[in-house]
Amino acid sequence: MDAPARGGVPADAEQAVDAARDAAAEPGAGKARPADAGDADRAAWDVAARSRVRTTDMRLALASGKGGVGKTCVAVNLARVLADRGLRPVLADCDVEEPNAHLFFGPAELNRARDHFVPVPEIDNEVCLGDACRACVNACRFKALLAMAGEIMPFPELCHGCGLCGIVCPVGAVGSSSRHIGHTAELESEGVRLVSGEMRIGEAMAPPLIREVKARALEAADEDGLLLYDCPPGGSCPAVTSLDGADFVLLVAEPTPFGVHDLGLAVDLLHHLELPGAVVCNRADMGDPERVRRFCRERGLPLLAELPATARAAEVCADGRLLAREIPDFSERFDDLASAVLHSMEGAA
Amino acid sequence: MKTLVVLSGKGGAGKTSVTAALAAAAARDLSGGVVLADCDVDAADLHLVTAPEVRREEVFIQGELASIDPDLCTQCGECLEHCRFHAVTEDFSIREEHCEGCGVCEAVCPSGAVRMEPRRCGRWFVSDTRFGPMVHAALDIGAENSGKLVTTVRKQADRLAEESGADLVLVDGSPGIGCPVIASLTGASAVLLVTEPGVAALHDLRRVMDLADHFRIPALAVCNKAGQSPAREAETEAYAEERGLLVAGRLPNDAGFVRAQERGLSVVEYDPEGLGAELDEIWRNVTSQLQLRGVKQCG
Repeated sequence: MDAPARGGVPADAEQAVDAARDAAAEPGAGKARPADAGDADRAAWDVAARSRVRTTDMRLALASGKGGVGKTCVAVNLARVLADRGLRPVLADCDVEEPNAHLFFGPAELNRARDHFVPVPEIDNEVCLGDACRACVNACRFKALLAMAGEIMPFPELCHGCGLCGIVCPVGAVGSSSRHIGHTAELESEGVRLVSGEMRIGEAMAPPLIREVKARALEAADEDGLLLYDCPPGGSCPAVTSLDGADFVLLVAEPTPFGVHDLGLAVDLLHHLELPGAVVCNRADMGDPERVRRFCRERGLPLLAELPATARAAEVCADGRLLAREIPDFSERFDDLASAVLHSMEGAA
Repeated sequence: MKTLVVLSGKGGAGKTSVTAALAAAAARDLSGGVVLADCDVDAADLHLVTAPEVRREEVFIQGELASIDPDLCTQCGECLEHCRFHAVTEDFSIREEHCEGCGVCEAVCPSGAVRMEPRRCGRWFVSDTRFGPMVHAALDIGAENSGKLVTTVRKQADRLAEESGADLVLVDGSPGIGCPVIASLTGASAVLLVTEPGVAALHDLRRVMDLADHFRIPALAVCNKAGQSPAREAETEAYAEERGLLVAGRLPNDAGFVRAQERGLSVVEYDPEGLGAELDEIWRNVTSQLQLRGVKQCG
């Protein structure tokens, strides 16, 4: 059995946060390089950026309030162009409920699967004082233990694995068993390393497995590599766990009323977690592009790129292929986005 | 009374647009009416179409949150060592968004510096809409217990439906397969899975279909954004057939959905002849599958 999830990533981004807030306050902050810079300029800038970016613990999260806006699409394409620059990215697919990133790396297959477990209590009835004591039953906040017919019975599915029952038991009757929460696996494809986690069907709690995915991604990363977290949608525990330890967050938005409403929730979450971020607008011509631009102006967020909605792009994505490989226009846009993101991260560091 | 839960696994497949359209059809066709429940409490959007008028607002308090009194804390490190959720910082304060409220820190603290306090996680509302009553919620930013908040929304919606004799509770679910989804599925009569052609959507459809099976809840599917990738659509249909999943209808990849959203309308209201007619077809399949009582004979 694997050790209980203690992985996580230390939050060491406080200084980065302060710097980024200062940077974000400056007009034009987060802008990569002059739009009219030539290829030579770009190459020079990228080399310079590579040497300056503090990559050992550089962690970029891709998030959004709303699902389906293209987080995974942006994440895999960004990983691709970063790998093409020799930055050795490791992409952690933190959406363990519905992991999709691996679908974009066919024919490479996920391998080296590891099962993961959380600790749950096991009661030794020989030792347990039963109904006469009930200390564990009374202490458990999650109703994961029940006194039945004089014996104490654990309900593993309700257990958060906090260990309080073992701490309060006066006779040492609480032992440890485990609950399978899912597995992680990884693949490597042309310089991109992907770590993916898949939660067991019926398991309710995603955060423990998300922590395992992130810990494994950290293991896989080279010392000067770059970590990317593809986060799940929403703003509650799975998203919070995924964002933990990120240095910078790229919010993927969509210019529809639902899209901008949920982008607002994501921005509120970043403020709450004191994380710096910027926006990329996907399918920019699908709704009203001004909507995202206006939002970014009002909330003081850099808008790093706008990606067009085309039938061809939709089909390439639906097929699980990479826009940056198949459509020259997108290849260029993702390359520009990569420069802009690296520049913003550098500013935030 | 029946309960239909709209899910998708993958986000952005069109759950809320489909829910809003079914709400309009249900309001028109059901003699007892419909009660709406927005169970995507993480990122609720149904209100952007239904324009609810709030008539009851409640604070949602669930579980506990630890706090450390710095005057009593001796920085012995017991809480830091025992907390399995990395919720205690090196300088002995609580990272709220990581605290599960388990009480371990309180139990191990030798100086009584930890207090467990009731935790506010969000708000929930009962509202009037042009389709009928609606129960919805807003989880606080970064808060926990979305599953419990979903359960609260579901229970309130069921109660309203019983009181008013509604024929249907229509639930807009959240993406994924975790606790909020499981909470929204509990006790459902059927689940409507909104999918789209594509490798990611099919992958997610399989997972959410497995979840519906796990809880033995009958499922129907709607394929949205049809035409986006004919090859992937065929794949989705083959999967549906293999799993005995009834496809209640297909919706074309049509800008009408976004235009309806821009105007705060469902497509049944915005485009009754076009997209609305496609939705009506889906609605008829859903009502017959659910064996809904109270469906008015329509012309």
